[in-house]
Amino acid sequence: MSQRLFVKGNEAVAMAAIEAGCRYYFGYPITPQSDIPEYLSRELPKLNGEFIQAESEVGAINMLLGASATGVRAMTSSSSPGISLKQEGISYMAGSELPGVIVNISRSGPGLGGIDASQADYWQSVKGGGHGGYHIIVLAPASVQEMYDLTMLAFDLADIYRTPVMVLADSVVGQMKEALVPNPRPETTLPEKDWVVRGRKEGTEQKIVKSLFLGDGELEAHNWKLHGKYDVMREKECRQELFMTEDAQLIVTAFGSVARIAKTAILTAREAGMKVGLLRPITLFPFPTQAYRDVTGQCKKILDIELNNGQMVEDVRLSVARDAEVHFYGRPPGAGSLPVPEELFEQIKKYY
Amino acid sequence: MQQVFQRPVSLKDVPTHFCPGCQHGTIHRLVAEAMDEFGVRERTIGVASVGCSVFLYGYFDVDVVEAPHGRAPAVATGVKRARPDSFVFTYQGDGDLAAIGTAEIIHAANRGEDITVIFVNNTTYGMTGGQMAPTTMVGQKTSTSPYGRDHAKDGSPIRMAELLAQLGGVAFSARVAVNTPKNLMDARKQIKKAFRYQVEGKGFSFIEALSTCPTAWGVTPIQANERIGGEMIDYFPLGQFKDTAQWKPQPPPPAPVEQPGALSFPEFMNEI
Amino acid sequence: MGRIEIDETRCKGCGLCTTACHLKLISLTREINVLGFTPAVTTNRERCTGCALCAQLCPDLAITVFKDK
Repeated sequence: MSQRLFVKGNEAVAMAAIEAGCRYYFGYPITPQSDIPEYLSRELPKLNGEFIQAESEVGAINMLLGASATGVRAMTSSSSPGISLKQEGISYMAGSELPGVIVNISRSGPGLGGIDASQADYWQSVKGGGHGGYHIIVLAPASVQEMYDLTMLAFDLADIYRTPVMVLADSVVGQMKEALVPNPRPETTLPEKDWVVRGRKEGTEQKIVKSLFLGDGELEAHNWKLHGKYDVMREKECRQELFMTEDAQLIVTAFGSVARIAKTAILTAREAGMKVGLLRPITLFPFPTQAYRDVTGQCKKILDIELNNGQMVEDVRLSVARDAEVHFYGRPPGAGSLPVPEELFEQIKKYY
Repeated sequence: MQQVFQRPVSLKDVPTHFCPGCQHGTIHRLVAEAMDEFGVRERTIGVASVGCSVFLYGYFDVDVVEAPHGRAPAVATGVKRARPDSFVFTYQGDGDLAAIGTAEIIHAANRGEDITVIFVNNTTYGMTGGQMAPTTMVGQKTSTSPYGRDHAKDGSPIRMAELLAQLGGVAFSARVAVNTPKNLMDARKQIKKAFRYQVEGKGFSFIEALSTCPTAWGVTPIQANERIGGEMIDYFPLGQFKDTAQWKPQPPPPAPVEQPGALSFPEFMNEI
Repeated sequence: MGRIEIDETRCKGCGLCTTACHLKLISLTREINVLGFTPAVTTNRERCTGCALCAQLCPDLAITVFKDK
């Protein structure tokens, strides 16, 4: 499709959801993601879908749980404090192996924090934000186009792995307007949803969607199964962008909005004759460990940049070759703390 | 001789885990009878809550989704909106519905979700060992109100059936008991009525069933049953608190469109 | 004329059925069943009317009722 539109990142998420076949949205207003429920409250009724503004984020995630259990594609979106409230439901969905898409247009914290761009939810997102030791797939778009493409992918991954999938972005990509090519939903072979509750017809098996396993050995076996899926995700679903890394003497690593700023700084460095590249993880879980191992076979200097006090850097340190040096530059999120390219160029010079 | 009393088809022929004299078993049976009567078993999706009733799927021969504590009405909302042709009920205890789940029950009720909620009130958290619930009677000793519930400190028991009857979306709200054959027969009628509301698409229906917890109350099953007829019904009167079809019967919505939709965009998204 | 059968393996000995029977035909034994409870048993069976109130109150569906038509 050659059509190009000029849209906001949050709108791109909503458009992709509709194109992916999602007809059920449950949410609660919170800045800076409210464009998503606003868009879907307008568009879903036209498609015989359902939009519910829930009583709370807790209500919304549990409506998603219920809808997903019946086999439909459904989603919710929120921002950091609201995502904290959703963690209960996300843990239950992970435990019950329910697909579902959760969009976090994150804001700064802790607590009420602020509404500025932030990457402070990395830990909460990738380390299992709720109780019980699970993972969800976390996708980190860096552009409006990726907001669209990764939201579409999120629905497929959710169905393939029967897992909640989070799209983790911030107000930079959520509120920014850019050109978007709204690609049609790709052909994908998805597993049959033979586990959904639709009413037990005579002669069919009773379907139970649950996360309580009390029988001797049942819960352990269930957890082994879940963790087996995480291993498959680690093997098959890692995605990253490599930019000018082939000859790099220093590789900057950053995700989401910060990676865009870093790219500008890298281009400045290249103009100055410095061989600098970028490794941008697109999947935060599964973390593209192998990509880090590969690039640090050649280039021994990594500069991790985040809009927080250092979260992803822990995974970077665990992933790089043993003899690589990992440096970190970050600022806690808040009004005025989003770094400018010149600032990052200074950091590149410092560690080059 | 002919068999005159038998197990409803919707209830599995298995022993329950409930304590002796616990009336969950009786209430399960009445709900299953209503399911049989309306012939909705094959399109029923039950939503289990957290508490002694969590094993709903072990007893009802229907598809079941397990909800987090208190969230069953929200889960049921998602189920019913996604599959409007299904019969959806939640089965929740008083800790689940009247404490942690108040936001979910009030708003599901207020939206007039076309679901049926069976609320079992035994004035305590049975599963966790008999702690004070929002429905615990003033003066009642529990494991977390060892001196008795104090109105000044803990408030008074919540009357959910009356409270929900205030809401516009609620079509039917009643309180029942199964302590005597007479009350039980009436409970059966009310539960069927609540089912009928959903079957006819007339909106949210709510049944509060008073029940015993001999184990947590520390009394014999017979004493527990007598307490229902005594102080419990005194405070939690039986009867209908609302019986009005608030919701106009609506044609069932078209089946969900799951294929990729034709791409169409609002006008403000200018092509560039 | 009626008859009840109490499934001794399902009866938890709560005794609610004993309160339901107007003719007081049901009582709890002192014998312990497989569940560790003292189940209900019928006495003076020939007087049972098959009213089924005992079965209605039984939380465990342990009572089956038969009646002459």
